Amino acid sequence: MIVQHQPKPDVLARRDAIIAGLRRLLPEDNVIGDALRLKPYETDGLSAYRQVPLAVALPETTEQVAAVMAYCHREGVRVVPRGAGTSLSGGALPLEDAVVLGLMKMSRILEIDYADRLAVVQAGVTNIGITNAVSAHEFFYAPDPSSQLACMIGGNVMMNSGGAHCLRYGVTANNLLGLKLVTVEGEILEIGGAYCDAAGYDWLGLITGSEGQLAIVTEVTVRILRSPEGQRAMLAAFDSIPVAGACVDAIISSGIIPVALEFMDKPCIHACEDFAHAGYPLDAEAMLIIEVEGSVVEQDDLLGRIREICAQFNPISMKVSQSVEESLAIWKGRKGAFGAVGRISPDYLCMDGTIPTSRLPEVLGRITEMSHEFGLGVANVFHAGDGNLHPLIMFDANDPESFRKAEKFGGDILKLCVDVGGCLTGEHGVGVEKRDLMTYQFNPIELNQQRRVKSAFDPEWLLNPSKVFPLEDTTPPAMAAE
Amino acid sequence: MFAPNSEAELAQAIGEAYAAAEPVWVYGQGSKAQTMRPVQAARSLSTRNLSGIELYSPKELIFSAKSGTPVSEIEAMLAANDQHMIAETPDFSALLGSTTPQTLGGVVAAGLSGPRRISLGATRDHVMGVRAVNGLGETIRSGGRVLKNVTGLDICKLLTGSHGTLAVMSEITLKVLPAPERRATVAIAGLDPVRAVAALAAALGSPYAVSAAAYLPAQAAARVPAVAWLQGSVTLARIEDFTPSVAYRADRLRSDLAAFGAAEILDDAASRALWAAVRDAQPLAAAADDAVWRVSVRPSAGPRVVAALEAEFGAASFMDWGGGLVWIAGPATDAAHDAVMAAALREGGTWQLLRGPDALRSAVAVIPPEPGAMTRISARVKQAFDPKSILNPGRMRAGL
Repeated sequence: MIVQHQPKPDVLARRDAIIAGLRRLLPEDNVIGDALRLKPYETDGLSAYRQVPLAVALPETTEQVAAVMAYCHREGVRVVPRGAGTSLSGGALPLEDAVVLGLMKMSRILEIDYADRLAVVQAGVTNIGITNAVSAHEFFYAPDPSSQLACMIGGNVMMNSGGAHCLRYGVTANNLLGLKLVTVEGEILEIGGAYCDAAGYDWLGLITGSEGQLAIVTEVTVRILRSPEGQRAMLAAFDSIPVAGACVDAIISSGIIPVALEFMDKPCIHACEDFAHAGYPLDAEAMLIIEVEGSVVEQDDLLGRIREICAQFNPISMKVSQSVEESLAIWKGRKGAFGAVGRISPDYLCMDGTIPTSRLPEVLGRITEMSHEFGLGVANVFHAGDGNLHPLIMFDANDPESFRKAEKFGGDILKLCVDVGGCLTGEHGVGVEKRDLMTYQFNPIELNQQRRVKSAFDPEWLLNPSKVFPLEDTTPPAMAAE
Repeated sequence: MFAPNSEAELAQAIGEAYAAAEPVWVYGQGSKAQTMRPVQAARSLSTRNLSGIELYSPKELIFSAKSGTPVSEIEAMLAANDQHMIAETPDFSALLGSTTPQTLGGVVAAGLSGPRRISLGATRDHVMGVRAVNGLGETIRSGGRVLKNVTGLDICKLLTGSHGTLAVMSEITLKVLPAPERRATVAIAGLDPVRAVAALAAALGSPYAVSAAAYLPAQAAARVPAVAWLQGSVTLARIEDFTPSVAYRADRLRSDLAAFGAAEILDDAASRALWAAVRDAQPLAAAADDAVWRVSVRPSAGPRVVAALEAEFGAASFMDWGGGLVWIAGPATDAAHDAVMAAALREGGTWQLLRGPDALRSAVAVIPPEPGAMTRISARVKQAFDPKSILNPGRMRAGL
């Protein structure tokens, strides 16, 4: 069980009064207090960790969010914001004395403007929901995390989500124009807007990826983009991981930035092929999925250049998709990778770290060694263009020893990422999962700097406690000097 | 003036200023000293001696350099590898009457982005990591040297565009991209601003990956040789990529925009010259003693800002970012500044007084005040980095 902040005894003692207080602010059905209905909120996408919250509040408007926040602030109650609950780092894990503020009822699209190329949506709109709303006009919202059918834009903002196509289109932070926020005190704020580059401190950049530590996001203004004329994928398979890594370097060095450049190792290829029947090469040690876009003529030109580069690395096979259906099948395997691994192992931990791409062969080699040392299987799939690894560590949740080893294995992989010059996270956030590793990447001075920024927004540390910062460190710091 | 030779010397100097509670004017080479609010400080510190490339990995699309490194040196290094800085860093030296080179720290601290901002993001989108010294004299790192870099709170974004008021950057890691093989610009002559912005919206909403979109009224176009021959206003959309793609897309875009008028296609050399001019605001017909503003609004609102300020004080102007960035020149008076602020606020946008006499820049809000509760949070964030308010006090806003 994950260690969290000690619940505040006075808050636990006032549970019924707090629920009654919330019911005065929201419609009857939008406050959950009974044990049976609280149960679904006890965990998120990192289901190894569970904690039933004090209560759940489900506001429908920014004003209701503000009322709940002001009330909780006045009462000294901790608040855990939650979108769809797809976090893989435990970012929405409740505390025993916290109110979970669920934004899933805020699911309206407020404005779409094709001339100015933006959409204003509430925080509970799903990622795919934005693209679906504009696809008839051949527009799309670019970041496409694997969970895009379920995950919500508010959560995407809080975790700065990426996706398979962020090599070309960037992560969430690069696709936002403005936010409507509610502070911990319950004030409503607008930052940015329908224009580029607000003057002054970059609050938009700071809030994005802040994991619910600074404020509650209720509305998001996103950039929408016109879809390309078309896109096409190809596969290239190699008999060794270092050779595939060298091929990635050669593609980028040639001046081509594919819209996606994905890497899978042998265990992952097998798991995905069994699931998607995409025609993945089962004899390969490593495989690249490379996607380009543009008109058919442009696709042919780019894929021709990429084939020439791949050919210099003695591929086992290369296969260029000949149709939209073939491209979709290729992506079905990749996007279903996590589920596919779930079919061969009852439980897995999906890790998320980033490394300089030049260190890839060495890092994957070391992960394979660790897999033998821990006696746990691992499948690797990652965004090769930007060095964002997603090792999937397979374990058996019914065996506490197996889970303990998987956690240790995961932690060691992330430390390795930092050792080679990378980061603890790519796109899943720190959450509870990696908070105790923060001291491995940051020294105390740096962590204190981040903690003081947190305190500037949330002086009493009521927002999403026990996440991001190592637990022993999470008492509000005094300002350095007054 | 003190110019530390190492990050350790920088930290020591700031630590001493902290102990003495004495404000420090922090700058690189001073090329932007004539913008934002003037700083009154007992001490001054230049990062010019913190110079040099620390790391360049073309295949990983990143470089790291010390903050005092001249931008020209970085651009030359990237060009030798057919790469470039993504946000098309502008150089306002001519506009600001500066003869000193821009430094990397200066362009990041000022958070300035050029024409490519609308397609591939702002400077802040490409800052992957920083090393910096805060107002306590403590050295801090944020981000890293990888393309997905955010672990914990994103201090990199906060420092970008903070004009040295939170911490002094000592080293910066930026993402770069391959430079395009070829550029072309589709140019339509003779449109009025409203029609021009509609054409630019159609171009930016096309599937042809337009990378920059600007409108120069006749007076502005006449100042740029690459388009002056078109005689009149010009509406401009740039495409940049591999040669076959550029030829194909420019041609398609020209036919898609036919309803707006016959278009010329400017070649690679003309496009380079044209967009360098747009980037550096050369088309702006500003008299020597005029003030200069940048107003950012939603693109469709750009023509209304232009019309309002023409009526108000006969503003000279041009538009970049598809209409979203309006460059304005006019008299350096409180009245003109009030009119610019009002026009920006009416459209829900933002402004920056980029150039003006010290007296004007000291007296007015060179950028908008923080909205509502952000005033309090902003002051606390400043205190979280610089508790004694010694770093460039008052540079962005009076009293902060």
